[in-house]
Amino acid sequence: MPSATSSVDTLLAALTEVCGLFETSVFRGQTRVVVPAERLPEVLSVLKDRGLDLLVDISCVDYLDYRDPPMQMPACAGHRYGLVYLLASTATNQRLTVRVFVDDPEPAVASAVPLWEAANWLEREVWDLFGIRFTGHPDLRRLVMPEEFTAHPLRKDYPLQGRGERHNFPVITRNER
Amino acid sequence: MAVTEFGKLELPENVVVSRLDALANWCRKNSLWPMPFATACCGIELMATGASKHDLSRFGAEVFRFSPRQCDLMIVAGRVVMKMLPVLQRIWLQMHEPKWCISMGACASTGGVFDTYAVVQGVDRFIPVDMYVPGCPPRPEQLIQAIIDLQDKIQREGTITGREFDTVSRQARKRALVEIADPRMIDASRNPVIQREITADAESFAGRS
Amino acid sequence: MSIAPPTFESTPRSAAAARSEDYLWTLNFGPQHPATHTTLRLVLKLEGERVVDAMPEMGYLHSGFEKIGEHLTFNQYVTVTDRMNYISPMANNVAWHHAVETLLGIELTPRCKVIRTIIAELARISDHLLSNGAVGLDTGAFTFFLYAFYQREVIYDIFETLCGARFTNSYTRVGGLSQDMTPLVVEKIRTFVKTFPKTLDDMEKLLTRNRIFVDRTKGVGVLTKEEAINRGASGPVARASGVTRDLRKDEPCLAYADYDFQVCCASAGDCYARYLVRMQEMRESLKIVAQAVESIPAGPVNVGIGQRTALPTKQQVYSTIEGTISHFELSMSNRGFEVPCEEIYAAIEAPNGELGFYIAGDGNETAYRARCRPPSVLHFAMFPHLIRGHTLSDVVAVLGSLNIIAAELDR
Repeated sequence: MPSATSSVDTLLAALTEVCGLFETSVFRGQTRVVVPAERLPEVLSVLKDRGLDLLVDISCVDYLDYRDPPMQMPACAGHRYGLVYLLASTATNQRLTVRVFVDDPEPAVASAVPLWEAANWLEREVWDLFGIRFTGHPDLRRLVMPEEFTAHPLRKDYPLQGRGERHNFPVITRNER
Repeated sequence: MAVTEFGKLELPENVVVSRLDALANWCRKNSLWPMPFATACCGIELMATGASKHDLSRFGAEVFRFSPRQCDLMIVAGRVVMKMLPVLQRIWLQMHEPKWCISMGACASTGGVFDTYAVVQGVDRFIPVDMYVPGCPPRPEQLIQAIIDLQDKIQREGTITGREFDTVSRQARKRALVEIADPRMIDASRNPVIQREITADAESFAGRS
Repeated sequence: MSIAPPTFESTPRSAAAARSEDYLWTLNFGPQHPATHTTLRLVLKLEGERVVDAMPEMGYLHSGFEKIGEHLTFNQYVTVTDRMNYISPMANNVAWHHAVETLLGIELTPRCKVIRTIIAELARISDHLLSNGAVGLDTGAFTFFLYAFYQREVIYDIFETLCGARFTNSYTRVGGLSQDMTPLVVEKIRTFVKTFPKTLDDMEKLLTRNRIFVDRTKGVGVLTKEEAINRGASGPVARASGVTRDLRKDEPCLAYADYDFQVCCASAGDCYARYLVRMQEMRESLKIVAQAVESIPAGPVNVGIGQRTALPTKQQVYSTIEGTISHFELSMSNRGFEVPCEEIYAAIEAPNGELGFYIAGDGNETAYRARCRPPSVLHFAMFPHLIRGHTLSDVVAVLGSLNIIAAELDR
């Protein structure tokens, strides 16, 4: 189990001092902070300066089909996409999860590439699979799906077996040289 | 009295050609050069088949050439996704005749566990396949058995000119399955349309035998 | 859908620089290529033999693993996690169930923890054998590759005796394992522990001080410590650059805290350092296995009936009422175990780096979102940075040393 909750508290206190109060919660020893989308760049840079120098992951959860009542983060109620930024510290082994919630027509958030180069491909993948734009990203293209693909597959309204794209190829028979 | 390409000979029909066919088939089957189209986990079992414990060079097939121009057997080992299929087709077209294809593993044969938006449900929908190897992944012994069976097939059916693939019966392609409309259905056989097809297949097979 | 080469105009560069680069030659190191790392694509811009720029492309094995995770139960999904890092599937199984058990708040039995530690370390040895074997094969050392594969066959034999499958085992279950470890397996592991160091010495004699290999890998693909942290490297790639982060020591899970082993680091950050780190890590893993296999605690391997997660034994089902109820609840598809409506992230030190799963539960026994955080994505993303200025033959050496597994990369 990840430990060092007390030192994460000092980190959160420092964050509150600089940026203001955000909603936090703890589950199974893991601390989550909910940040509004427009405050994200300054929060991430404050956290990076205070020692969380490793960006572990950027991912997203689509809450379209989520059951009621929602999980113990009242801030997530009503929003469709919840971005997840996982940060860690190589020096003190602390971990922190930053959550950002965005909504449907044109979901967009500022890019973390100026802070961590690791964010480059992670954000491209979130764009490819969920359709969330990262403003300021140097090269926002599809990463895992083909360039010609039009949908965002990991959204909940896209079916598991797809919409027939996987069958749409020419057939080669034996007499074709 | 047959006229062969070697001039007029007074021999029973096709004796020389069939002897040459048998010789050519024997040469070809014992020196298959595989083109390892290894994408995923089956690729590791393919490498293990070529390694020292289950040695594929006993069957003449150790020469894994990665250039399609130098190979005659393509082993599709692993799942093939939408993005990779044009590459697979291009490589198949670059191989010279006579060429054969082994579809190794469940994912290459039918899509395997991955009935998803990205995985092609069997490469035989898009390229002609000669031998299927079941397994996830198949043991190296299963792949070796498939190569032995393919060698038998080459011995039985090959011709010296490699024109055995021009006959009409070889051009029959696998009938594509009906596209499944319900996204939550993981098990395709529960779809009533597929069930009717499976029943029709079983009845027609029973009728033939 | 055809594969058109990607244009370089999408990367930011000045117009003057673009005009002067007209003489550069574009080479497509396509998704099908002679190096043993499958389905990666690199578009290289070469000036003669020197690589000026590289644009990596992935997605040629993207199978929708994360979407499948939303339709399969936790015990069914472990079969899919096998197919991620297919060189060391046991480690993926352990990682997945570690995440699920963190979400559910289950504490494992001591015997289960020790057995999972043993199989995770055997998977690490297996992975490093293939990774270094592939580096050897790609730089021309075929015998080294065959030695490595022979040792992997010995490990496959151990796994087959343990659970029936050579690899892609799906051995772990929620709250325990699918089968217990038998004395025959313990004997085989002891034999392996005795015979493996000699083979490792033989392999080292072939390559470690071999002039050709050292010249091909020393100073090639250097990754500094700051860049490693900035670009999110983990595992042997980061440790070879001086980042002393190993989740087995920093966030000990399973039984790692009980054993005496060292974290292997280097400071040079080049391909040779990564090769040496992996060789030494194999020895340390063998130390862990040797200690663990002598002290496997007795007792049950699955958690008790009260937890309502692992299937009870047949004796319990037939003779106790709790066993019957628990079996019924777990087997019926509209029941199953209770999952909190919460989200967690849990990671282990997989052979390739930090392999973590971010699971969102929603009360059902299928995950609402099962995100896999693969180490290979960030390693492949930093490839252009490592290869600039090196020659074409170094491309293969660097690619091999990063140990990028395409299935884990693309999921």
